Amino acid sequence: MSAATERDVLLHVAHASKTFDVSLPWLTRVVGRKPRQLLRAVDDVTFDIRRGETLGLVGESGCGKSTVARLIVGLYRLSAGTIVYDGQDVGELAAGKGQRRLRRRLQMIFQDPYASLNPRWRVVDIVAEPIRAHRLVHGQRAIRERVAELLAQVGLAAADGHKYPHQFSGGQRQRISIARALASQPEFLVCDEPTSALDVSVQAQVLNLMRDLQRALGLTYLFISHNLAVVHHIADRVGVMYLGRIVEIADKEALFARPLHPYTRMLLDAIPDIAMAGKARTPVAGEVPNPLSPPPGCPFHPRCPYANERCRMETPALRAYEPEMRDESRGTRDERAAAARVAGRPSLVACHAVEERRIPIERIQAASALNAT
Amino acid sequence: MSRENVKPDRGRATEAKRTVEGQPLLDVRHLRVEFPTRRGVLTAVDGVSFAIAPGEVLGVVGESGAGKSLTGAAIIGLLEPPGRIAAGEIWLEGTRIDRLHYDAMRRIRGRRIGAIFQDPLTSLDPLYSIGRQLIETIRTHLDVGEAAARKRAIELLQEVGIPGAARRIDHYPHQFSGGMRQRVVIALALAAEPRLIIADEPTTALDVSIQAQIITLLKRLCRDHGTAVMLITHDMGVIAETADRVAVMYAGRIVEIGPVADVIRAPRHPYTIGLMGSIPALADERERLVQIDGTMPRLTAIPAGCPFHPRCPRAFARCVEERPDLLDAGVSRAACWLYARDEHGVAPTEVGS
Repeated sequence: MSAATERDVLLHVAHASKTFDVSLPWLTRVVGRKPRQLLRAVDDVTFDIRRGETLGLVGESGCGKSTVARLIVGLYRLSAGTIVYDGQDVGELAAGKGQRRLRRRLQMIFQDPYASLNPRWRVVDIVAEPIRAHRLVHGQRAIRERVAELLAQVGLAAADGHKYPHQFSGGQRQRISIARALASQPEFLVCDEPTSALDVSVQAQVLNLMRDLQRALGLTYLFISHNLAVVHHIADRVGVMYLGRIVEIADKEALFARPLHPYTRMLLDAIPDIAMAGKARTPVAGEVPNPLSPPPGCPFHPRCPYANERCRMETPALRAYEPEMRDESRGTRDERAAAARVAGRPSLVACHAVEERRIPIERIQAASALNAT
Repeated sequence: MSRENVKPDRGRATEAKRTVEGQPLLDVRHLRVEFPTRRGVLTAVDGVSFAIAPGEVLGVVGESGAGKSLTGAAIIGLLEPPGRIAAGEIWLEGTRIDRLHYDAMRRIRGRRIGAIFQDPLTSLDPLYSIGRQLIETIRTHLDVGEAAARKRAIELLQEVGIPGAARRIDHYPHQFSGGMRQRVVIALALAAEPRLIIADEPTTALDVSIQAQIITLLKRLCRDHGTAVMLITHDMGVIAETADRVAVMYAGRIVEIGPVADVIRAPRHPYTIGLMGSIPALADERERLVQIDGTMPRLTAIPAGCPFHPRCPRAFARCVEERPDLLDAGVSRAACWLYARDEHGVAPTEVGS
């Protein structure tokens, strides 16, 4: 990211929440005397994405990361909070006529390239649909030329436009999804697990393509994935979600070199890393609780080795930690260099133990090993 | 699910038995799996040979369609028709098992080869409590009474780390989380103390933190019981942590096989080299990932010669014409003409011989 865009926030999400009503049908509820049941899929989530950067959002299944994506593109309505896109409130836009304009500027790529492309449409029609919908180019011929250009941009041939989606492999289909997303000339792409359904070598092709496109077109990405290694590769800044809340959000270098939240630390420990062939690892203890009845206080406390009374009572808020606050004299030279690079961009962490400095940073690793046994 | 009276097995008496000292637990030779279709015969697994020693963990890695799951299904006798073993031999502890009668194979499955599949929800019967399923499996294969089988089932559940096993044994699969279900499946696979477990993507449906728990559990159990594992996965990271040796599959063939550290640190086959480079890792700061252009060929259009040659950056004339067998390439063996020592000399060699 260049310094010129440093303060340029494209998307601002403030205290966003989404609650789903998952109650039983009314009659069953009344007869069985069951209460209403609400699922807080996203709970008070706040973050910014700057123009031209990639924010990675990671977490295990059910943590609410896909719900965040759908809230941003307007596929779900917010239950509380605001989402401001380039100075305009997305919620207000959705209610008025601005929605069409917003949709043009903000597109989404879905996980499953088999489900997200209409099998009865030719690729040329799939890619042309946003062009027609937004009346960006007029005339059949011009539209066809634009589609050919888009297909070339994602590494497909213009002749591929006359085929149907089933004639393509998973990776090629994801390229078609990307071409369709780019058709309306958006500046912001929400990518929900775009490579999770792909094989590694194909994933590499798609990740490289996404990076090339970002550079060429100045795109901003929200990149959602459960795969920390992929997020490490593609993102500039990373948010970690757990049970609907962001527990840590920091620049990539800081997050991976010095994770602060115990959950982030555990996630990093859990990744099977190629480099550590043969080495034993320390698995995360316990499982994600049922989101219908999240634990009180910090949602991570039942699995956290540092939990105390306060963690069980009080939900921690995100607090800023400057890199200087960390113990600079410790760590390897690489870690200190990484910390220096990100100086001035604080990490945000929601953890009482970090706030009270109950977790000495260099001891986190050792402690999580203890917890696993 | 009811217990059947298994007929005396005719296959066993006529089975060829071989008793060789230090023989591998499982020996697969020139295995070929075919699917007859209206448009001709598709060869999904072609000339796959490998061996697994007692207690060894062999990782089998490859992208979708490489034939890794079919190889596992062929070994365990669960190929879905019209898929069939067209050629090759599968030997388990000196017994040839690829031509066994259905009933005979049924007794080997579970007793001598356990299986763990990707989706724990589909490998468990939703209508029976997990205790029923465990007890049935135990009593099918071991000569024990109901009470003893139940006791053993509880022990197994404790061993795979299910809290409150004595109470949980009467619960149904839907009452368990994904990670706990996979633990139950592992308990089922271990129920009759098989010598070999075929684990097909055992952690793919699970979250990373649960995946770590399951891998650790599987490793510990196999070490404690001396069980050999054929671990089929697309995830090189899982292989790196679990396997002793790894076989890399591409288009139905093993392209490289060797000790896991050697294959990962110094891959020999150009496909493995590309595959390793395409995996994003936390330890590197590369701007771009290594890209193998194109995709794996469809079964209908596997190129002649080396199946990787159209995508191979180092392909030369011989690769187009002639199919390479596994050749010595340092510690590992790679099916690549780059490792042919001279024009005429190198005879095709087998793994495990």
